[in-house]
Amino acid sequence: GDALCKDCFFWAFEEEIHQVITDGHLFSAGDSVAIGASGGKDSTVLAYTLKLLNERYNYGLQLFLLSVDEGITGYRDDSLETVKRNQHQYELPLTIVSYEDLYGWSMDSIVKQVGLKNNCTFCGVFRRQALDRGAIKVGATKIVTGHNADDVAETVIMNGELLLLQTSGYSFCLPHIWIFCLFLQHIIARLRRCTAITTGAEGYLPRCKPFKYTYEKEIVMYAYFKKLDYFSTECIYSPNAYRLCQTYIKDLEKHPTRSHGVVR
Amino acid sequence: MALSITVEFSGGAELLCGNVKKHSLNLPKQEHKWKIRDLLVWIRDNMIQERPELFMQGDTVRPGILVLINEADWELMGELEYELEENDRIVFISTLHGG
Repeated sequence: GDALCKDCFFWAFEEEIHQVITDGHLFSAGDSVAIGASGGKDSTVLAYTLKLLNERYNYGLQLFLLSVDEGITGYRDDSLETVKRNQHQYELPLTIVSYEDLYGWSMDSIVKQVGLKNNCTFCGVFRRQALDRGAIKVGATKIVTGHNADDVAETVIMNGELLLLQTSGYSFCLPHIWIFCLFLQHIIARLRRCTAITTGAEGYLPRCKPFKYTYEKEIVMYAYFKKLDYFSTECIYSPNAYRLCQTYIKDLEKHPTRSHGVVR
Repeated sequence: MALSITVEFSGGAELLCGNVKKHSLNLPKQEHKWKIRDLLVWIRDNMIQERPELFMQGDTVRPGILVLINEADWELMGELEYELEENDRIVFISTLHGG
């Protein structure tokens, strides 16, 4: 909640990310890091900042831009044009992997078959795998994504609500308090997993979120004042998928300690 | 005397007013000084071409829309109570999209 001039804001933003990277031991010298790049604000600022900090503090990282083409006409094809510009602007190599190449179909063809129904759920799963396969293709040892504090808070709230729903459904069948405690442990463990700054299950490359504690507002302001090039349209297949949750988070942010508290 | 200001939309907010980002406005004279709160209503009634609920919620901007007044966060300038001056530049940046 400090008032800063533009240059001080840039410095504070960059130094906070550097602190998160060093405190969390996110990287080791020699790491090949694939930056999940969609052309959106978070991944564009992430690429810019990581490159800057890698040079300023000699992290010793090899950085790549990695994009996934889900085959969404009017959205992904446009955003990929932004990533191609980022490639030249930031002088980072770019690899694009597509659902078409990996799986033999696109989101356009899927939606044509099943309609506008829960598309985000399975698209997210396939994109996660596509990122992994693309990262291995370029020889990366780690993946970074631009998930910010608002995204993490949304994940906590959405998963928390889902798990509470499950719990309330079971609660009348759990007469013994110790069974309930076990269930609570499961909830906490699951929430911890989905919000950890570094994650990496068996067989998958480790991935981390350097923006985990950064407000979306800071990222947008940084991109605006640095005049960074990013794409800003919502996916055509997710009209109001979780807008209610986003609005709730933004409402929370009027009292900053509350939304940050959700993340911490 | 009319008040001349510039209003800009960014981050996807421009889609609400015909995909035009930069607008030069001459606000009509009124009895009391123009405040941001008056400007929001005027923009909603005169410039927003579709889905006004994506721009305003109640008497303020929808959560997720950032407001800059002359390159400064409006939170530092008094938010809705800021009194507009000649040649002010107001920017609305939407953050409600993927990153």
